[in-house]
Parts: sequence; C-alpha cells; structure tokens
Amino acid sequence: MRRLFGSLVLSLALAATPALADKASNTVRFAYDQAPESVDPLFNNVRIGVIIGAHVWDTLVYRDPNSGEYKGQLASAWRQIDDKTLEFDLRRGVKFHNGQDFTADDVVYTLNFAAKPENKVTTQANVSWIARAEKIDPYRVRIVTKEVFPAAVEYLAGPVVIHPHEYYEKVGPKGQNEKPVGSGPYRITSHVVGKSVTLERNPDYFRDSPKGQPAIGKIEIRFIPDGQTRMAEVMSNGLDFIMSVAKDQADQMGAVPFLQVVSGETMRIAFMQINRLPETPTAPLQDVRVRRAINHAIDRDTMVKQIVGTGSRVINTICFPAQFGCTDEGATRYPYDPAKAKALLAEAGFPNGFEVDIVAYRERQQTEAIINYLRAVGIKANLRFLQYAAMRELIKGNKVGLTHQTWGSFSVNDVSAGTPVWFGFIGEDVTRDPEVRDFLKTGDTSVDPTARKAAYKTALSLIAERAYAVPLYSLPTYYVASSDLVFKAYPDEMPRFWEMSWK
Amino acid sequence: MIAFVAKRLALALAVAVAVSILSFMLVRLSGDVATAIAGEGAREEDIAIVRATYGLDRPVLVQYLDWVWSLLRGDLGTSYYFKSDVAGLVLDKLPVTLKLGIASLAVALAIAVPLGVVAALRPNSWVDRAALAVAVVGQALPNFFFALVLVMLFSVTLRWLPVSGSTTAWHFVMPTIALGYYVAPAFMRLVRAGMIEVLGSDFIRTARAKGVPERRVVLKHALRNALTPVVALTVVQLGYLLGGSVVIETVFALDGLGYLAYQAISHKDLPVMQVVVLILAVVYVLLTLAADILNAWLDPRLRAGM
Repeated sequence: MRRLFGSLVLSLALAATPALADKASNTVRFAYDQAPESVDPLFNNVRIGVIIGAHVWDTLVYRDPNSGEYKGQLASAWRQIDDKTLEFDLRRGVKFHNGQDFTADDVVYTLNFAAKPENKVTTQANVSWIARAEKIDPYRVRIVTKEVFPAAVEYLAGPVVIHPHEYYEKVGPKGQNEKPVGSGPYRITSHVVGKSVTLERNPDYFRDSPKGQPAIGKIEIRFIPDGQTRMAEVMSNGLDFIMSVAKDQADQMGAVPFLQVVSGETMRIAFMQINRLPETPTAPLQDVRVRRAINHAIDRDTMVKQIVGTGSRVINTICFPAQFGCTDEGATRYPYDPAKAKALLAEAGFPNGFEVDIVAYRERQQTEAIINYLRAVGIKANLRFLQYAAMRELIKGNKVGLTHQTWGSFSVNDVSAGTPVWFGFIGEDVTRDPEVRDFLKTGDTSVDPTARKAAYKTALSLIAERAYAVPLYSLPTYYVASSDLVFKAYPDEMPRFWEMSWK
Repeated sequence: MIAFVAKRLALALAVAVAVSILSFMLVRLSGDVATAIAGEGAREEDIAIVRATYGLDRPVLVQYLDWVWSLLRGDLGTSYYFKSDVAGLVLDKLPVTLKLGIASLAVALAIAVPLGVVAALRPNSWVDRAALAVAVVGQALPNFFFALVLVMLFSVTLRWLPVSGSTTAWHFVMPTIALGYYVAPAFMRLVRAGMIEVLGSDFIRTARAKGVPERRVVLKHALRNALTPVVALTVVQLGYLLGGSVVIETVFALDGLGYLAYQAISHKDLPVMQVVVLILAVVYVLLTLAADILNAWLDPRLRAGM
C-alpha cells in the first residue's frame, strides 16, 4: 500500500514544476524523524543529538572524516605522559557563544562533571573511562584514565564535548538544553522542545578550526516522524535535506529533476547472533557444524546487490572494516554454498533440519530473505519481529536462538566500541568463550597499537572459525537533497552542514 | 435530581481512577521500561542508571501511589525524555489540538448535516446513494492514507498548501479536512435516520396540512428535532476525534497533544503518556457526565432508571 502510494506521489511530482531550493536565503531546511531528548551531547544517545552536538559544540580533538587523522580542535597539541595520562595544550583565543573565553577551567570542569556517575550522563561508556582532569596552567590540562585506555583520543574526538564552565555550573544540563551555549561553528537561536531547532552561523568561529568556516547561514531542523510526509516535503520544496530514506523510496526520488539522491556506506553493520550456551532454546546451535551450515546457507552477495543497496559491502568478521583493529585477514570465510550447508547439517545429525525462532527489530525485509535462505537448506526459521528493548530482554534471558541485529558502534572508530559488546561476557554475550574474551580484553587495554591489532585479529579469527555469529554486511544510508546543495555522505552518518555550500 | 447527579459524579470519578490504574499498569506490562528508555546500544550501567533515576526498581504499587500523590499535589511530573515539566509540555501543545478538534468538528458537521438532510428527503434516490458512498468511503479509508492523498494533491502537485507544521492557519487546512471527514459519516447517518423518522411523524403532517412552506418544515420543524441525538453523539465522536488526532498530528507533524502522545509512546515516556491518557479520559468522562445530566434534566424518565 505504502509503496503504491510512493509511486503515485512520484508520478505526480514528475509532472510538477521544479522549484528553487532555499538558496536565496542561504538556509538549509532539514527534517529528522525524532526529536533529541536534549541537545546537550552528554544527555542524549540519538543520532540527531550527535548531529546537533557537532555543530554547536567543539571537542578537544577532531577526527578528519576523509583521512581518519586526528587533528587539534580545542587542543593544539597533545602527548602521552604515561600509560594512563594524556596532556593537552589548549588553543588560545577561542570564545564560547556567550563571549566567554575558552580555557583549561572549561575542560577540567566538563570532564570531571561528566565522569561522575551521579551526574547521570546518558551513555556512561562515553565517559566512564575518565578518572579525572587536572589543570596545569590556564592553557594546559592533563586527563587521567582509570585503566589503560588507548581509545581515549577517539572518545575525545566524538561524544565528549567541552561546555563553558561558569555557564554550565550555573544553569546545569537543563538550562544548557533550553538556552545552549557552545563554541562550535553554529549556535542555537531557537529550540522548541519536540518540534524544531534552529542553528545560525557563529560569526566569531575561530579561524584555525579543522572544521573550517561554515558557508551555510542558517539550518532549520524540524522533527517530522512520518517518512511519507518528509518525502512530500522535499518534493514540494518544503525541505532541502532529508536522510535515512528507505531504499525503495530513494530509488524513486532519483527521478525527480530538482532532487539529488546520494547513498553511502555507514558504520552500522548487520549480523546474526547465535546462542550456543547450554541454556539455548535451540539445542542444535551448540554444534559448530550447524553454526557453519547457517553461515554457508546465506547468499550475502545477492542480498547486498538486490535488497540492501548501494554503498553496502559484505563483511566477514563482526566489526566495521575501517575501525581500528578490524580485519578479516586469516578469518575463516563461509561462501554461499547451500549443498555444503545441507551436508554439514546431515553430518551434525539434522538431515531434516530443525525449527528455530529468529528475532529481529529493523530491516525486516532483510530478515525475511535470511529466513528464506535458511528454509532452503531445511532450517525452519520463524520470524519474531519486536521492538529493540523487547528483543534485548529475550537475548539476555536466553530465550532466543537466532537474532538479526545491527550495531553502529556509536560512530566510534575502534573495535573496542563494537565486538566486545557481543563477545566480552556482558549482558548480551550468548556465546561466552573465555578465550575470545581474553583476546578482546588485551586488545581493549594494551597501549601498543601493534599488540592491540594482533589481539583483535586473533579474537576475530576465533569467532569466525567457531562460527559464533554470521557477519552479514554494512548498511548503507540514503540522503535526498535539493540538487543545488553540495554535500558529501560519510560512514558515520553525520551530515556536516559546516562543509556544505550551494552550487 | 441531586441524588442522580451525585451518583453520576461518583461513577465518573470511579471511571477516571480505573483509567489511571489501567494506563499505569499497561505501559509497565509492555516490557522493561528502563531498557526501552535507555535505547538502542545502551549498556548495562546505562540501564541501571535509568532504572534508579526514575525509581523503576520500586514495586509498581508504590510507583502508582507515588504518582497519584504527586498528582493530588498538582505535580504532573517531569518527562523522562524531554526532561521538562509535563504540565508545561501539555499546556504548550493543548491549544493546537483544541484548534484542530474544534475545526474538524465544524467540518464534520458541515459535511454531515446537509448530506444527511438531502439523503433523508429522498431516501433510496441517487442523492441518497451518493451520500451513502461518501459516508462509506470516509469510514473505510484509513485517515492517514486520506491525509497523504490530500498532501499529494494540494502540496506536491498543486503546491497550494504547506505539507507539515503548525505555523500558519494554512497548515491546519489539510489536517482539519482529514480529521473532519473521518468523523463525519457517523453524524451523517444519524441525521439521515433522525430526519426520516421525524419527517414521517404526525406533527410534520400537521405542519404540511397547515400549509407551512416545505423549506420551513424541513429546516425548522424536522431538523431541529432530528438534531437532538446528534448533540449526544458529538460527545462520543469527540473521543474518536482525539484518538484520530494522534495519527493526523503525527502525519502532518502538527505540534499538538496527539503528536506529543506519539512521541511519548515511541520513547516510553511514562509521565507524559500517563498524563495525556488521563487528560483524555477526564475530558471524555466530564463530557459524558454533562451530556447525561443534560439529558436527565430534559427527560425526567431517564432519572428513574438510575
């Protein structure tokens, strides 16, 4: 029904007259499906929050999305003092949106505030590694980590933004959400809770920022939950930019002359988790031959080409290829081979297959394809499509044999933000192999990059060899924008409005 | 009469309390709230913090009594998701929904009454059939779909109206039509049935025999009497209207109470969900109460049965 509607809209849009984007007023009108719980990056865990955060606030370090290189943003240089201590030289002459100067006090206050569990930062993993921050002089700080934490710089380049200390101390997270003050390339001029956020270019943004000087004057962000409505808005020139558009809709909108459709790979990977524990509801999954059979049964290449979409690629280990430590070198591969899958099942004593529930929470079409592949080799898979939270409870309670999952690693470019979540003996580890856990732990906590890489490589090979999971593919995302807008899609799903311009 | 009013008041209060208990329990039965609030990718420690922050680790009965006690002191709570006062959020969004509700009701009556009258004047004629078709389509068409068809026509093709938002009066045109059309069929059928019945009654024959002009017979004598049940139905339809506004406000991103309810449900924002459900229930109960009392006052026979 919805697809039919899409085609109807499209045929009418093609007949309609093309319109100019909101180029004249130098404003990008952007809509997202949900509103953030707070615009303060420390107090939300949704993508739109990350997007707003990166425009309004700056971090100590900036990761260049093109080269992957770390550059100084609020910091001008940094060095490792010992295993657990990093020292940062801070940039001079940076001002917050309220005119206050940026100094060491802001860094020390923000990090010490965020590190305290009683301040309830939404994603504790983003800050729980910080033991404390110390001021050395007005433009030099030291950050001490609780354990050896090699990914610290990556976190300081991502979710850990710096707040103006006097203002933040006075108004708190609540006031910072209502009247936000940052130091980033844009400042928030209006925030109507649940409805809209308006960003305007910060005229005093510091010259040397690796983000550069923004060209777009104003960004109007509205929250429109319905995908069809967002689609109708771009087609009637009510919006200039939307993201996370479904593949079939994006394919159709590519034909509208005044719109451009851009797709790109994201850091989000899809995979299947297999419960092999003694408590598993599906006993056959304890047999490695059965798990290998499942791996051989699924034609990932065809899925990528036909239903997942442009930008996606097949993965062979449970991590995103660009992450530090992620590799599929030396890992066992399971090419599509239904005959071999059947043989393995027969060898394991299940020539007629078995029944299994497969739980999923998004990309339903892809789960259905997987189910068909499994049925083709005799495994009678039944779909249980649930909300994320409900699925999570089932996994933790050992109530499900197979799950079709995805993971975005919080856009953190390091294996520590991904693989250990599934194999590190925490809540949702349904394989619990101590050997794998130990190698991951070594990878997470060694200082030497070579040692880290070697440990992750071994862990990933063990997971592949023992077929603890089915690595599937990276997921693409589609953007639809006015054809006059110049922009680039990045794997971290972050539209960078400060880089955008008009044709 | 006083005894009757007191009885109805007590019943209304009981219904409101029952609704509050039900809504409170149902949202908690639908799975672990803390996990849902913490969101995708949250780790154990994040969930534990959420659970402790909102007191979700306490027994449900304690949570309920705590909530009722706060309500009685006039504290509607703080939104889990938006972190602001529920009272403020609701008061901010209510005017949009009221505007939409009243305008839609007006649209519904403007469609339903003339169509119902025309259909009743010539039962089983082509006019009647056409009116019936309009009603059936209105009732069968999911309102979100009708809304999207409107968008397609008036925004995408003709570019006359803005697609979504609530900034100007123009933004309300399509939502009002979509919602009004959704509740119109029930009114239309009631007007038609009422008119047919009244038109066949003795006093109409008398009026016609006296030589009262037909126009006056229909509009003054018949319609007036046929409209009495419509007033009672309005109360019931208001419930549909408020329910329908959740869908319509979401489709048009109209920043009202329905949209707030949708956001609250998708984020498991319990304090907001509970207050919205309670407000809707109380409004409904109060209107029903008013209608009952009004009817009893008009018709003493109704009092005896209670």
